[in-house]
Amino acid sequence: MMDLFGDYTLRLVALGSAILGATSGALGSFAYLRRQSLLGDAVSHAALPGIVLAFMLTGSKVPLVLMVGAGLAGWVGTLAVQLVVRRSRVPYDSALGIVLAVFFGVGLVLLTHIQKLPNAAQAGLESFLFGQAASLLKRDVVTMAVLGAAALVVLIMLWKEFKVLSFDPDFAASLGLPVRRLDGLLTLLLVVAIVIGLQTVGVVLMSAMIVAPGAAARQWSRRLAPMVLIAAAIGIFSGITGSIFSSYIPRLPTGPTIVLVLSAIFLASLFMAPQRGLLWRSLRVGGLRTAPDLDPVLMHLYALSRQHPADPEHGHSVAVIQTMSPPQAKVIAALERLADRGLAQRTADGSWAPTPIGRREAQRILDREAGEGL
Amino acid sequence: MNPELQIMLIAVVTAVAAALPGTYLVLRRTALVSDAISHAILPGIVVAFFLTHDLNSPLLLVSAAVTGVLTVFLIESLIRSRLVPEDASIGLVFPALFSIGVILISRYAGDVHLDTDSVLLGELALAPFDQVIIGGVNLGPRALWTMGVILLLNLLLIGLAWKELKLATVDPGLAALLGFSPVAIHYSLMAMVSITAVGAFDAVGSILVVALMIAPPATAYLVVDRFAPMLWVGAAVAAASAILGFGLALALDVSIAGSMATVCGVLFAVALLLAPNRGLVAQARRRSSQRLDLGVRMLLVHLLHHQETESEAEECRVPSLHRHLQWSEARVRQVVREAEGRDLVARADDLLYATADGRQLAEIAVVGESMPDIVNRNR
Repeated sequence: MMDLFGDYTLRLVALGSAILGATSGALGSFAYLRRQSLLGDAVSHAALPGIVLAFMLTGSKVPLVLMVGAGLAGWVGTLAVQLVVRRSRVPYDSALGIVLAVFFGVGLVLLTHIQKLPNAAQAGLESFLFGQAASLLKRDVVTMAVLGAAALVVLIMLWKEFKVLSFDPDFAASLGLPVRRLDGLLTLLLVVAIVIGLQTVGVVLMSAMIVAPGAAARQWSRRLAPMVLIAAAIGIFSGITGSIFSSYIPRLPTGPTIVLVLSAIFLASLFMAPQRGLLWRSLRVGGLRTAPDLDPVLMHLYALSRQHPADPEHGHSVAVIQTMSPPQAKVIAALERLADRGLAQRTADGSWAPTPIGRREAQRILDREAGEGL
Repeated sequence: MNPELQIMLIAVVTAVAAALPGTYLVLRRTALVSDAISHAILPGIVVAFFLTHDLNSPLLLVSAAVTGVLTVFLIESLIRSRLVPEDASIGLVFPALFSIGVILISRYAGDVHLDTDSVLLGELALAPFDQVIIGGVNLGPRALWTMGVILLLNLLLIGLAWKELKLATVDPGLAALLGFSPVAIHYSLMAMVSITAVGAFDAVGSILVVALMIAPPATAYLVVDRFAPMLWVGAAVAAASAILGFGLALALDVSIAGSMATVCGVLFAVALLLAPNRGLVAQARRRSSQRLDLGVRMLLVHLLHHQETESEAEECRVPSLHRHLQWSEARVRQVVREAEGRDLVARADDLLYATADGRQLAEIAVVGESMPDIVNRNR
C-alpha cells in the first residue's frame, strides 16, 4: 500500500483528485439541495471560452490565470441564465441548455482559432475537454488546494446563512438576510469548485462531481452538516480510488473512472442507506404489510375488537366476519393466514380475535389511509 | 456538387432535423434531456461499433436510439423512487453512461476512427470525403443521406402524430384524459431525439447537438405565440444558423460546429433583445413610457390640488416643481414637456395649470372617474 503512494505522479494526481472531491462534494451538496444540479453542468461547459480567452489574452498557461478565466466565463454564464429566465418566457432548462451549448461552441471556435496560430504553446488546452489528470503539475495542485480551501473557509464562515438560504429562502429574507447577495456568493463558490476540477475531469464530466456526492450523501443523512461531511468524504474517496485504478490499469482515463466510482457509490447508497434505501423499503413493505386480500379481514377483526375496549381479545365467530365481507370472500382461509403471520388468533371457544401486533398493524393501516387522505 | 455546398447542405439538414424535436423539448420543459441523451448514447454507439466494426452501420442508429430511450427510462426511474429530485437524476445518469462510453473507447478502440474528440466535437469538414457510391454512381455524401432520412422520419412522426404530440405537449393532463397514452407519446418523442442526436453526432458532436435542438426553438418561442409557427420558425432559425455558421467558419477558418452554435446563440440573443412586445428593448421602452405616464398624472394631481389656492404661485411654478414633487429637475422637464405635448397642461410665464383635458385626467387618477361622469350618473 505504501508502494502505491511512492509514485510521485500518482501521489500528485490522487492529492489533486482528493481536493477536487472534497470541494465539489461539499459545495455540490448545496447545489443538490437548491436544485441547481444542472447549473453545474452549464457552468462547467461555459468555462471553456474563458479558459481559451485567458490564454489568448495573457499567453500564459499558469493555472491561476486559466482558472480565473474559467471562473469569469462560468459566472457570466450563470448571469445569462438568470437574465433569460427573469426577463423572458424561455424556461429555466432551455436557458441552461442554450448557455451550456452556445458558450461551449464559442469556446470551440476560439480553440480551433488558436490551434491554427503558429504557436505551439497552446498545446494542452484541449485537455480541459475530458480532463487529463496525468498532466497535473505541482503548481496546479497547489492552486487547487488554495482555491478549494478558500471556498471551504467562506462556506464555514457563512454556514448558518447558507443553511437558511438553502432550505427556506423566504424565511431567510424575513430574517433580513441579504438573500440575493448570499445566493450570488453561494453560486460563486460553486463556480470555484467547478473551476478547480476542470483540468482533472474535464468540462463534460464535471457536473457528475457536483451532483453525485451530494446525492449519495443525502441518502445517508437528513441533516445538513453530516450530509456535507459525508459528501466531501465520498468525493475524496472517489478521487483517490479513481486515480489509483487509472494509474494501474492501462488506458483507463482518470476523469471517467472517478465518475464511475462515484456512480457506484451513489447506486449503493440508493439501495442500502438506512431508512430511505430501496432495499430497506422493499423489506419493510414485504415484511410488515399484509397482502391486499388480508387487509379487509384484519380491519373487520380490529373494528369488532374495538367494541370491547375492556377485553380486546374477545373473540368473534367466523359467521360475523363473513357477513361483514363480500359473499365470495374466503374468510376462513384469510383468518388462518393472518394467524400464520401472528396478526390474528383463535380463542378457546373457536372464535377469532386480533393479536396485539395485529391491532397495531390495523391501526397503522388506518393512520396511513388517513394520512393519504383516503 | 462542390465540397463547400455539400457541407452546407448537410449542416442545414442536420440543424432542421434537430430543431423539430427540439421544439417539443422546449415546450415540455425537458430541454436538458437532449443534453443527457446526446451524451448517454455514446456507449450504445460504441457497443454497436464493436459488434459491426462499421461506423456507417444502421445498427449504430438503432443501438443509440435504444440507449437513448433507456437513458430516459433510468432518469425517470430515479425520479419515481422519490429519493432524488429531477434535475439531479439527469445529472447522475448521463455522466455515468458517458464515462462508460469514453472508457470503452480509450481501452478497446484506441486506433480506429472512433475517438473521443470527434464524438464530442464532430467534424463536418470531413463529411464530403465519405460518399455513397452504388454501382459506380456517386450519390452524394453519406452524412447527407443519413440526416436526410432522419429529417424525413422526424417530419413523418410529426405529421402522423401531429395532434397527439401537440396536445401531450400543451396539456398532458387533457391528453391522458382523452385516452392518448402520454407514455407512448413521450417515448416516441425520446426515440426521435435519440435518433436525431446520433445522426447529428458525426456532424456536430454531442454537445452542439444541444445548441441546435434548443436554441432555435427557444428563439422562435420568443417571437411567435402559436404552436405550428413556432415549429416552422424554429426550423428556419436553425437553417439560418447553419448557413451563417458555415460562412463564419469559412471566413475565420475555425470549427464549423462551434460557429453554428455561436450563431445559434447570437440569433437567440437578438430575439431576446428585439422581439416585438416581449424583447428586452420593448420591455424597457414600455417601462419608460409607463413611468412617464405616471409622472404626467402625478403632475396633474399636484396642479389640481393647488390650483386656485394661495399656494398656487409657489407650488405650480415650473422652476420650483422639482422641490415639491421631489423629482430631479431633468424629470420635471421631461414630464412637463410630455404633458404640454398632450395638451394636458398650459403655461403662463412660469406658472403651470391644467387644461380641461388635464383636469379630467387628474380626476380619473384620483377618484377613478371624471367629475362629469359622476354628475351624469347621479342625474
